[in-house]
Amino acid sequence: MKSAVIVFPGSNCDRDLAVALGAAAGRPASMVWHKDAALPPGLDVVAIPGGFSFGDYLRCGAIAARSPIMRAVVDFAHRGGIVLGICNGFQILIEAGLLPGALMRNQTLKFVCRDVHLSVETLQSPFTSAFGNQRVIRVPVAHHDGAYIADYALAARLEAEDRIAFRYVDADGDATEAANPNGSVGNIAGVLSDNRRILGMMPHPERLADPQLGGTDGAPMFRSLVEAVAEVA
Amino acid sequence: MKARVFVTLKTGVLDPQGEAIRHALGSLGFGGVESVRQGKVIEIELAETDPARAEAEVARMAEKLLANTVIENYRVEMVG
Repeated sequence: MKSAVIVFPGSNCDRDLAVALGAAAGRPASMVWHKDAALPPGLDVVAIPGGFSFGDYLRCGAIAARSPIMRAVVDFAHRGGIVLGICNGFQILIEAGLLPGALMRNQTLKFVCRDVHLSVETLQSPFTSAFGNQRVIRVPVAHHDGAYIADYALAARLEAEDRIAFRYVDADGDATEAANPNGSVGNIAGVLSDNRRILGMMPHPERLADPQLGGTDGAPMFRSLVEAVAEVA
Repeated sequence: MKARVFVTLKTGVLDPQGEAIRHALGSLGFGGVESVRQGKVIEIELAETDPARAEAEVARMAEKLLANTVIENYRVEMVG
């Protein structure tokens, strides 16, 4: 699996994401600067990391989504490429028009930084196929603007098309109000594009993808990607 | 020419920041504040001298960047 991590001024999860991708693939991820106009040739996966690109000016992800490299990322996505956006990366993918809905200030108005439980809602994607029976995982969130907003029609469509990848749940797997850290509609924590090859999510699987980090609940996402790419090859 | 762009949340989109402002106004003793909605104002200086062309250009800027039209409305005001 050939992967690249896009780096913006203010990205701060780029190295963690590169380590997780590199460990799963057995080859290092390329780091691509936001001012580059082109992606490295032959990529299988483009990953957009968390952080505070451009200081969250205007709206989170708004400036990054209009940077030169994003034109290449949008082209890559339109050709069916696999694109993963985590946290600020999710905000950037929404601002770039690659995923529907919007992300707004947390309902509590507080920055939330803690571990949450997620239910893996579908295995039908290149990001989630390897979760198998491990349907409730525990990974961290760290964000101020993570309330996923979708109107009734969009929420119903995402549900009907099996495009909700993750929901915030309690330890028993129930999507309760108390388990929702930010006020997201329907406890939605991650959504897939209509071709299922773009995933945006607020929680950070890359922060718990190695035993040395205190857990491996996020690791199956990176294994899923490697398997999905290998199947095609 | 100078333009002002007012970006506000669409009706029906929850505004937790507006709600926090409403609470703070209440604790300062301002009674009867029934609702607060907050947004932003962006001022733009343009080289363009034709008001109609300038306004159309600013509207394109609002569509492409200044507002997220999924959740926000915008209004352009030319201030000369």
